[in-house]
Amino acid sequence: MSYETVIGLEVHAQILTESKIFCGCSTRFGEAPNRNTCPVCMGFPGVLPVLNRKVVEHTIRTGLATHCAIARHSRWARKNYFYPDLPKGYQISQYELPLCTGGHVDVSVDGAAKRVRLTRIHMEEDAGKNIHDARGDHSLVDLNRAGVPLMEIVSEPDMRNPGEAGEYLRTLRSILEYLEVCDGNMEEGSFRCDANVSLREAGNEELGVKVEIKNLNSFKAVEKALEYEIRRQGQALSEGGAVVQETRLWDPDAEVTRSMRSKEHAHDYRYFPDPDLLPLEIDEEWVDEIRATLPELARERQNRFVEEYGLPAYDADIVTQRRDVAEYFEAAVKAHANPKAIANWLMGDLFRVLKERRLDAALRIESWPVAAADLARMVRLVDEGTISGKLAKTVFNEMMETGKGPDAIVKEKGLEQVSDTGALDAAVDEVLAACAAQVEEYRAGKEKVFGFLVGQVMKATRGKANPQMVNEILRGKLQG
Amino acid sequence: MKITSEEVRHVATLARLDLAQDEQERLAGELDRILEYMDKLNELDTDGVEPLSHAVDVVNVLRPDRVVNQPRTEDLLRNAPARDDDFLSVPKIIE
Ligand SMILES: [Zn+2]
Repeated sequence: MSYETVIGLEVHAQILTESKIFCGCSTRFGEAPNRNTCPVCMGFPGVLPVLNRKVVEHTIRTGLATHCAIARHSRWARKNYFYPDLPKGYQISQYELPLCTGGHVDVSVDGAAKRVRLTRIHMEEDAGKNIHDARGDHSLVDLNRAGVPLMEIVSEPDMRNPGEAGEYLRTLRSILEYLEVCDGNMEEGSFRCDANVSLREAGNEELGVKVEIKNLNSFKAVEKALEYEIRRQGQALSEGGAVVQETRLWDPDAEVTRSMRSKEHAHDYRYFPDPDLLPLEIDEEWVDEIRATLPELARERQNRFVEEYGLPAYDADIVTQRRDVAEYFEAAVKAHANPKAIANWLMGDLFRVLKERRLDAALRIESWPVAAADLARMVRLVDEGTISGKLAKTVFNEMMETGKGPDAIVKEKGLEQVSDTGALDAAVDEVLAACAAQVEEYRAGKEKVFGFLVGQVMKATRGKANPQMVNEILRGKLQG
Repeated sequence: MKITSEEVRHVATLARLDLAQDEQERLAGELDRILEYMDKLNELDTDGVEPLSHAVDVVNVLRPDRVVNQPRTEDLLRNAPARDDDFLSVPKIIE
């Protein structure tokens, strides 16, 4: 029996705001416990939530960029359940009349186009954080996250394998980052994913029994958990068993999913309209205003980089995956028009160094030590022959370490390429005198000694000699 | 009866209420009368009347995205039944 996999994803994306969704507390990550709290987000009796305008605007922005219909009339609902990280006993969310419906995200999977439809995008508040293991007899609760604004982005069950799910998530994250509505940081929990997965007999239209997987906090976790779950369900079905509809947790260490037998999560939320919050009326004018501010997204920018700068599609894809990287690239190209060389430095050295320094989880351009203009200047120094391509690496590393400009580094370290014929002549003569034996060998027909002699000259000049000129001078002298 | 004791027990469990047998029966009766009243309301002809989301006729009450709250963890935690350092302390959660 062959089965078809059906995957739908729910993404919770933290909306990039200064303050929480219903109160004036800060959303800053990493603060001391319960520092970003007030009577509203702690659920004290008698308080009144007031909606943050930016939450609505960022959600509309996202809806427009993903081709959703923006509701003219939208409202808030209470989702009722008890858990210690939820101080009010309900989460303020949207149920009927969400802000955005329909829409789609176009992704590219191994070069093939794939459209993933969206069911809806709605706004809601995040819960707090529980810490279970710190103390033996009780648990700890930190409500800094409670009331942090989220968008829940729900896809249709349109994905057929883990690779498609991974590409959808990458594309969606890139869109959110380009829109500047979410920082996309999975480690800090600002971009989280739950997956619904089921199997059905190939050719069957009806959906199979679905399992929800939680705790997927990296792209790798999503793909691995889906692969595991597809194997597990496939085995159960082919052995004549059944798949139980349930929620399972991904265990990244053991690389398995485990059943959550918690009654806490019984899906009986008794939603009803929240009387504390007034409805939203979104008029055409407001939507048009937001539409006018939509930026060029990654896919459009990638095509433009290929046409405008002649970048290979692969380079353009990598350079445009993040908006800040794409903008850094363009700023550098504006300063010195060698797009391919600048792309190479970006893709090779800059990404490598940032990865080593563990900044890659959220490549934050503002913390990069090398300014775009400095990278451009360094490439220009190479292109103009002031420094050799080899020494450019030294300059680059120094820039990464110290944040100094390339000119200052070249001057300080005396790295200018020597292209002065007189100086090179003298250096070559010295090497020829010191390596009489090798010169003999060369003249006797051992051609490859030539490379050794070039190396000696480069060494004598500490890598600063213009290698092409060394070649010419050396050849002239050996033949002479 | 519109509502059974079974349903009362279910809703009570979801609301974390521990009801004695006689309370369950009394509440079933009271809830039943509330639902009957809903039926009464349903007799009204509401064709052509827009559904209402809120009893107050005001929309789009919004605040600017600004941090205005100063941290006051001490005051807030003083209202908690139990604390541990700057955390709230709750009975052990078993997942
Ligand atoms: Zn607050």
